[in-house]
Formats: sequence, C-alpha cells, structure tokens
Amino acid sequence: MSVLETMKLRRRHTRRASLFERDLVFAALKQSVVMLNPVTMFRNPVMFVTEAGAFLSTLSLFHDLARGTGNTGYTLAVVIVLWLTVLFANFAEALAEARGKAQAESLRMTRQSTQARRLVNGKEQRVSSDDLRQGDEVIVSAGELIPSDGEIIQGVATVDESAITGESAPVVREAGGDRSGVTGGTRVLTDTIVVRISVSPGESFLDRMIGLVEGAVRQKTPNEIALTVTLAGFTLAFLMVTVSLWPIGRYFDADLPVPTLVALLVCLIPTTIGALLAAIGIAGMDRALSANILAKSGKAVELAGDIDTLLLDKTGTITIGNREATTYHPLPGVDRDRLVEAAMWASFGDATPEGRSIVTLGEKTLGDRAPVEVPSATMIPFSAQTRLSGINLPDGKQYRKGAADAICDLAKGNGHAIPGQIKATVDDVARGGSTPIVVAEDSQILGVVSLSDVLKPGIQDRFKRLRAMGLRVVMVTGDNPLTAAAIAREAGVDDYIAEAKPEDKLAYIRKEQRQGRLVAMMGDGTNDAPALAQADIGVAMNAGTQAAKEAGNMVDLDSDPTKLIEVIEIGKQLLMTRGALTTFSIANDLAKYFAIVPAMFMLALPQLSALNIMGLPSPQNAILSALIFNAIIIPILIPIAIKGVRYRPSGADALLRRNLLIYGLGGVIAPFAGIKLIGVLLGAVGVL
Amino acid sequence: MSMLLSLGILGTCALLSWPLGRYLTAVMEPPKQARGIQRLFETTIFRVTGSAAAAEQNWKSYAVSMLTFNGVMFGLSWMVLTVQALLPLNPDQKTALEPSLVFNTVSSFVSNTNLQHYSGEASLSYFSQLFAMMWLQFVSAATGLAVLAALARGLSGRTMLGNFYRDVLRATFGILLPASLVVATLLLIGGIPMTFKGAAVAQTLEGIEQVIARGPVAAFVAIKQLGTNGGGFFGPNSTHPMENPGYFTNVIECMSILLIPMACVWMFGFMTRRVRHAAVVFAVMALMLAVNVGAALYLESAPTAALEGLPVSQQHGNLEGKELRFGTGAGPLWAALTTATSNGSVDSMHDSLNPLTGLVPMIGMWLNVIFGGVGVGMINMFLYIIAGVFICGMMVGRTPEYLTRKVETREMKLALLAILVHPLFILGGAAIFAATPWGAGTVNNPGPHGFSEILYEFSSASADNGSGFEGLGDNTIPWNTATALVMLLSRFIPIILPLAIAGSLAAKKATPENTGTLRTDTPLFGFVILGSVVFAGALLFLPVAVLGPIAEHLAGVIR
Repeated sequence: MSVLETMKLRRRHTRRASLFERDLVFAALKQSVVMLNPVTMFRNPVMFVTEAGAFLSTLSLFHDLARGTGNTGYTLAVVIVLWLTVLFANFAEALAEARGKAQAESLRMTRQSTQARRLVNGKEQRVSSDDLRQGDEVIVSAGELIPSDGEIIQGVATVDESAITGESAPVVREAGGDRSGVTGGTRVLTDTIVVRISVSPGESFLDRMIGLVEGAVRQKTPNEIALTVTLAGFTLAFLMVTVSLWPIGRYFDADLPVPTLVALLVCLIPTTIGALLAAIGIAGMDRALSANILAKSGKAVELAGDIDTLLLDKTGTITIGNREATTYHPLPGVDRDRLVEAAMWASFGDATPEGRSIVTLGEKTLGDRAPVEVPSATMIPFSAQTRLSGINLPDGKQYRKGAADAICDLAKGNGHAIPGQIKATVDDVARGGSTPIVVAEDSQILGVVSLSDVLKPGIQDRFKRLRAMGLRVVMVTGDNPLTAAAIAREAGVDDYIAEAKPEDKLAYIRKEQRQGRLVAMMGDGTNDAPALAQADIGVAMNAGTQAAKEAGNMVDLDSDPTKLIEVIEIGKQLLMTRGALTTFSIANDLAKYFAIVPAMFMLALPQLSALNIMGLPSPQNAILSALIFNAIIIPILIPIAIKGVRYRPSGADALLRRNLLIYGLGGVIAPFAGIKLIGVLLGAVGVL
Repeated sequence: MSMLLSLGILGTCALLSWPLGRYLTAVMEPPKQARGIQRLFETTIFRVTGSAAAAEQNWKSYAVSMLTFNGVMFGLSWMVLTVQALLPLNPDQKTALEPSLVFNTVSSFVSNTNLQHYSGEASLSYFSQLFAMMWLQFVSAATGLAVLAALARGLSGRTMLGNFYRDVLRATFGILLPASLVVATLLLIGGIPMTFKGAAVAQTLEGIEQVIARGPVAAFVAIKQLGTNGGGFFGPNSTHPMENPGYFTNVIECMSILLIPMACVWMFGFMTRRVRHAAVVFAVMALMLAVNVGAALYLESAPTAALEGLPVSQQHGNLEGKELRFGTGAGPLWAALTTATSNGSVDSMHDSLNPLTGLVPMIGMWLNVIFGGVGVGMINMFLYIIAGVFICGMMVGRTPEYLTRKVETREMKLALLAILVHPLFILGGAAIFAATPWGAGTVNNPGPHGFSEILYEFSSASADNGSGFEGLGDNTIPWNTATALVMLLSRFIPIILPLAIAGSLAAKKATPENTGTLRTDTPLFGFVILGSVVFAGALLFLPVAVLGPIAEHLAGVIR
C-alpha cells in the first residue's frame, strides 16, 4: 500500500466516528423521542402502524386500570415494549442522521462568513462573503480563504483544500484549462488570484454538502419508495390476519384482548426493516462521503449498483500516470551496454518521469558500471521544435535521444547513414503499444529504448472482479488504436476507445444506453461535461472545472479515478443491505407465530399447547418474549444497517445464495433461539 | 398402489403437457405465415368477428374487452337461468331459480369457479346446462388462456398485447373444443351417458319406482375437467356414478384436471422465449403438487377418529366418504389435484377427510399457484415471482428486474394488491361469517371442524375453485351473495392487475443480462419462487390453519 493510500485510510477512520459514540448516542436518543410525532411517523407506514398499536394498547391499559379488570401487569409490559419498539426505530434513524450531522459540523466550521474583496470596475471593495452574487469577481491572496465557489479567471495559486478533501498536500489551481475550479472555504497558500463567483449565496458546494449529509434535503430514492410500498403491503396483509382473528376468536368463545392482538400485529409486520430502512439509506450516503465521494442525491448512489458499463481513462486509472523505460533494442553491431550508457547520458538532463525512468532502468541494468552525472556538462532541454533532448559532455561527447524522425534528421544532417534496421525496430516497438525513443551518440544512431505503459499493480484482478459482477470495462485513451489494443489486452478490459475525443466518449455512452445499459464515467475537463451529463453516473473530479462538476451527479473530492469502482460497490451494498434485512425481517415471523398463536388460544383450544415447541411457560411469557425479541433485534441490527452487509464482488447467483442462507435461513432459525432465551430469562427473573 | 397410480398420472400429464404446450402456443400465437388448417382457422376468426378482432390492443383496451365480454356473458346466462321454464330442452320441467342463487350460480360460472349451491339434476334444464353452464365453462377457461397469452406478450416487451376477442376465439375453438371432443369421446367409451332424453324411471327389485337423472353428461364433464371448471352435471359431482362410472373414467378425469394448467406453463415459456425459466416454474409447481398429493395420500391412510372404537375395519385408512369403485387412494389424490389447480370437481367427500388431509386441499386453494386455473394459475405465479424478484433482486445488489425489465414501485403496488385480494376475501369472509349467524348458524359441526367448513367455502370461492367441503347449509341469501361477490372480485382483480403490470413492464427499456443479473432459469431461482409462495402462504394462513384443521387434529390426538 502506498503512503498516500495509508494516509487516506487513516483519515477515513478518523472521520468515521465509532458506531455508538457517546455524544452521537445522546443526540440520537433525544431525537428519537421528538420523532414520535405521528405526522413525521406517517412517512414510514410500518412504524406508524406500530405507534398506532402502541397508542391503542395504552388506551386499553388505562381502560383496564379504571375498571380494575384484566391482567394489568402483563398489559403494562406489552405497552412498554411496544413503545420501546417505536423508540428503537426512531433511534436507528436518528443515529444515522447524527453521524451525518457530525460530519457536517466539521464542514460548517469552514463555512463562516468571511470578508471578501470584490472587484467593482477594477476597484477593490470589502464585502461579506454572504453578499457575493453569481458573476461577482473577487481577489484572493495568499493566506486568505476563498469566499465562495468559483472559477479562477486570472493567476495561478497553490490552494490548501484539506477542509474539503482532507488531503493535506496543497494543489495548484490556475486560470484557463481544466484546473480552474476553486471551492469556497479553502485557503490560498501562495500567490494572488482573481475568482469569478459561480454560485449564489447558500448554494455553494459546501452548503449543498452540509445539507446532504445532514439529511435536510434527503428524499426517498426510487428503490426506497418501492420497498416502502412493499412493506406497507406486508403490513396491510398482517393487519388483515390480525384483525380477522378477533371475530374468529368470538366463534371459539375466546375474547382476545387488544394488547395481545397488537402484540401479534407488531411482531408480524416487518418492523425490523421498517425501523432500519431510513438508516440504511442515510448510511449509504454516509459511506460514499467517507470515501470522499459527494453524491448530489441518494438516487445516484442507489443507481450506481445498476451500472453495466464503466468508462475508465487509461492514464492514471489503468496504467500509472507515465510511461516507463522497459527494454533496449540495440542496432546490430552495437553493444547493448553502450546503448544503455548513451541512453542514460542523454537522460540526465531530462527531469520528466519518462527521462528519469530511463536513468533508473540504466542503473538497474549496469549496476556499478553506470555513468554518473558530471556537473560541468551542458544540458540540451527538450523543445517542441527539435523534439529531442540530451547532453554535451566536457570531453566533447554529445548524446541525444528523441522521436525517430528527429534523431534521423539529426544523423542525416551530420552526414551519418541511417541504419536500415532502425525503421523496422521503431515500427515493432510502436506496434507493441510502446513509445520508441531513439538514442544517438555523436549523431550516430545506436538503437531504441522503448517506453511502455505500466499497469497499476492489481488492476487485472480488479477487472476480473468487476467482470464477475457483470460489469463491462471500457478503456478510454488518446493513444492510437494499435497501442490501445495492446494495453487493453494486457489489462484485460472488455473494450477500448482509441484516439478518444470527448465526443467519442459521448457517442459511446449513447450507444451503450441505446442497448439498455447504464454507464458510469469519470471526468474532469469542461469538454467532458456533455459526457458526464449523459452518463447515468458521472463522477466529476473535485480538481476539475465547475462545468464538469455541475454536469456530473457525483463529485470525487480526492480526484481519484479508481473511485468509480468504489461508488459501484457502495451502491450494490446499499441495495443488498435492504434486501437482506427485509428477508430477515419476514423470515422472523415464523417463530413468532409459533410463540403467539398457541398462546392466544390456549384457553379456548387447550390442545394447541402441542404447538408450543419452544416450551414457553405461559401464554403471557410467550407473547412478551416474542414482542421483546422483535424490539431488541432493531438495535442489534443497527451496525449492519449502518455498515452494510458484507460485500464480496461476485456473480449474482453467489451473492443471492449467500444472503439467502445467512438472512433467510438465519432469519428463520435465530428468533426460535432468541425467543426461547428471552422466555427463560423472563421466567428466571420471576416476571412471568 | 395408490402412490403408484398417482405417480403415473402426474408423470403422464407432465410428459403430455410439453407437446400440448407447443400446441397451445401455436394456436394462441400462430406464425405469421400460417398454413393449412391453421390459416383457415385464423381467416375464419377474422371473418366472424370482423373489425373487433382486427385491432391490436394495449393492456387497457385488452382488459376492457375482457370485462365487456364477460359482462355480456354474465347477463345472458342470468337471463337463461331466470327464464329456463320458457326455453326448449327442458324435458323435466325445471323452473326459475331463486335470485340470490342465480347471482351465485352465474358469478360462479363466469369466474371459472363453479361453486355450486344448486344441484344440477334437480334445478337446471338441459338448455341451461348446455347453453348457460357449459358455454360459460368454455369461455371462462378461454378467458384465462387469452389473458395468459396477453401477459406473455407483454413480458416479451410488446406494449400491444394482442386482441382479446381473437384470443378468446382461438382458445375456445382451437384448444378447448377439440380437447373436449377427445375427452368426451373417451368418457363415452367409459360409460358416461350422453342423451337429451329426460330422467329415466326404473322399477327397483324391491318394487319401488326410482327416477334416475341423466342428460348430455359426457360433453359437460369433459370441459368441466379440462377447463378447471369443476361444476358437475349432477350435484354430487364426480362421485356420481353417471358422471364418473369407474376406474377408467376416474383416471381420464384426473388427468384432464392437470393437462391444460400444466401446458399453460410451457405456453408461457414458449411465448416469452424463456423455456428454461418456464421449466424452473414448472418444476416448482410440480414439487408442490407432489408434496400435496403425497401428504394427502399419507394422511388419509390413517384411520379416522370418528370411527374409532366402532367395529369397523380401518386397515385401508379412512374410507368414510370415499367411492370405493375408484380404489382407496383416488379420493385424496383427486382432492389434492382439484384444489392445486382451481378445478373444484370432487370424487370423494372432502368433509369426511381426516382433519390434516382436509388441510391439503385448503393449502392448494390458499396458494392457488400449483398449476392453478387454466391460464390464471400461471398468472398468479407471475405475481409471486414479481414479489420474490423484488426482495431477492435487491440481495444481488441491483435494482430488481424481471425478464430484463426493472421492477419498481408501480409494479410492486399492483402485484401486492393482486396478491392481497385473495387473503382479504378468505380471512375477512371467514371472520365475518364465523362471528355471525350467517356462517355460525349454517355449520353442521361445532368447534374447529365447523370453522373449517366456513373457511373452506371462502377459500374455494376466492380461489375460484368451486369445490365444497360440504356439511354447510350454503344455499342461503348471505352465503349466495357473499361468495358470488368474492368469486367475481377475486377472479377479475388478479387478472386485470397483472395485465397492468405487463403493460408497465413492456413500456420500460430492456437491460441486457449479465453475470450481475439475477438469473431466472436456475434451481436457485426455483428456490426463490418456492420460498416466496410457501412463506407468503404460511404467514397469511397459518393462524386459520391452526384454528381449523390443526386444532381438530390435535383434539383427536389428545382424545
């Protein structure tokens, strides 16, 4: 793991508060009482029915107390557990929200209003950052906070963006090009820039981010709505089952008390998933944010799980940023070591990563025999006109390296023959997907060094996993088709776009979408904006232009191109968590039936005691045990709801089999054990 | 022996269902360039119906045509039953039926239920039997086939689901009529009467005059069995010796119950071009059927508690209410088959089944997807598939999709509504009737068994099954009206809503399948379907099952 990655990980850990941190828990506890308001509860049909049942049972308790009838101790216990169930559900949601709020709090610190220097007709004017309007131009110097989001229209500066990204290394931002976007709340470290403000007050990036993590603008996502409707349907079904039992009880001369019926109802309706559904959604956004991805909506995170095609830029994502020297091709009759040495000399003055890689490879090849830099040598830097670089040594030796035609011109100009072999070698290297660098000593061509793309470590495995998940990976590169094909083959991607122009990306996305596929891509430049907007998931790099950030539906604060993969995994995990907990919730019902139904009719139909397979000592004990299990399973499952179910990338069948086994079968078995245990405990403390 | 017979019947039907499914597909979805007889058939349909059958319909107009057609049939049959005294083919001078009974009877036959609160030989003229009852037996089954074809078209991505009138004619004249002809001929050979003469009068050995009812029975019984109708020509249904004379006819009738519902699954597979998916569905249904049949046979081999202590040999199990000319296992086998499919004919007295055996037919009707009614069984299964796909689809980390199309809020809303209609009528109906004299005053037995009688009647009505537990005085105005309403609503709501789902799915963009997609043609998916059906059934009906049959059984055990 690189140092950078370790740093990122450490930061993520610090930013992710531990699950049940004290302050958060207290805040959530308080909030869960506030949330009892039926108007807010109505959003969640399952818990609304639970609350209504709790209310009804409370009335029944008062009725019993007033008349002095009924088993008030038992009724009181049922009422308490019912209200606890509602509170636990509220607590789960409140805790997830509190965690978001805690993240927002640290962001808010940077969002205080600052003084800004607005340029009006070329004159500076001091105003509060709150008064800045879209289109205003402000001047920001070293040490000052950038007052709001905007684009640099003049100057270059290093900016500390750690408040937003957590990354401590400063970044360079400059007018023009794709690195011109700046974010309000970040600090200019050097130089002075002029920024044109691009947002209205209260709509800045930071504002939106705070709003999102606080859940203030949280809207239910399509799948969440569908699941809510489904859960409401289940609730309706169990309402039918429970309500019909009362008249049926009359047929058997059994007068079923309201609290008992409510207890059965609450046990049957999917309270577990109903209580945790909101928390799962909030936590999904939260996980995205912990990975430094700011999704503009929960919908985008959810949609990420459905992505079929992934457009990845070659450079920086599939290969490490720069090409590296890999092999030497000396011409016939040229000693290999001579070529290696010449290449090294020619590269001493070349500070580019490519140049340095030639030196590094040379040192590795020659060991002790490698030449050492001479301070008095004259460096010949690379220029667009000459397209070569090199060195003139004090002893008169001249080493050059560069593109084939540039070096050939040089050789011809100095009266040297062009070896026939050179063209074939150069073509060979290019066909293999590498860049041929021709090396000459005193204008005499010695051979070729090939610079190749180096795949990021582990990238092939990663693609293999993506393919197992059913994703198509498409590599986007500016290379010629030959080179692109070679790298594509090596990396193991499904397709590639060579010599890619922004409109090619757009066309490719449209083509995939016409076939019904959902496409995700990442981009930074303004010319990426149309493709980002067209893609189903467009992740813009935070370092990118404002246009790109506006066009995408997510922003990656780290500007890390491999983030797309993480985004997809978060989306999938979110849906899986919902499915798994729904299955668990429904699967639990079987055991509850076995506890409650015989208990309800024990007096009227004594033979039903044969169904009391858990051997619970009394009807009251059975009903309370089931109800208590139903309530405490909610806080027990909060960690799964917030962290998500374990996700290992694999095919759909493997995932389904695993989840069905754990949450389906486990969901059937677990409550039998749980209810029995609670029953024994209740008996032991002598309650029932 | 009876196990072997059952296996033979199930196996033969399963084998025959494949070519029959191909035939169904060819008739319902004829190739563009139809040749020979088929071409003649298709052109005749067009000529007969004219422009009504020409236009392609979307789900809404398809549903409207379906309702219109069934509405007209409802009205016409009502008239026939009311004025049958004035109509021909009435050798025994049958008169008009009581209005609530007419309502019940017409609803019962329009909805493919054939719950009979009347007794055919006592109340209906031959004209009514043939042109009201039997005609409805054809077109109600044809309606099921038509709607399944429309659903399959929608699921293959067509927003135009075909034309209802064309489909219903194809199903009636291309499938049900020829099939009935074959079965009726076999039944004639087996000794079932087919005559327009009035009741025969015979002098018994004791010198008593006996009136023996008869009529065009063979034709009636054939479609009764094939179209999952179940309404017998005679009140005692297929226990009656004129409706089911012996072993041979009993086997033919048993097989006729299963054939078309089984073939419907294949038709669904062929039409959607998802034969492997259909095979998984078929396997799940077959498994559930095998379990039900096995359970019924096993449980009925136990002696009945009612005869305990009496000098009666019970070595062949519970023989109360059985027709011994069919063999000892025929009763429970038929009981399982007739309720798995929504047929509802009987060849034994279900009221006399051992308590837990009595639970088997109820389970068949509660689930209502074990091959189920003609066309509608597969449609019901489709609803459970949608629900199962939604929950399990999430567990693979994608928005759930079925046959490449996303299952979202609208589909779930419609599917759940359609699924919930069934338990609402069963539980609601049973609850209301159990608590009031409407039901509690009509049962023949107290306690759990009486409750089972009420529960069974509503289950049968809601599943559009039509079999009776009996032992219930059900020809009363409350029973007639309540079950009639239940039959109609639980027939047409779960037909229209799936059409709406198909229309909504067809309008969506198809997503290409890949390894990340939940596959619908694997044993694992079969498990998903099985789990959805069994769990839904268990959670909805466990309490009533416990209070009825299970409590009765446990009481017997304790005694």
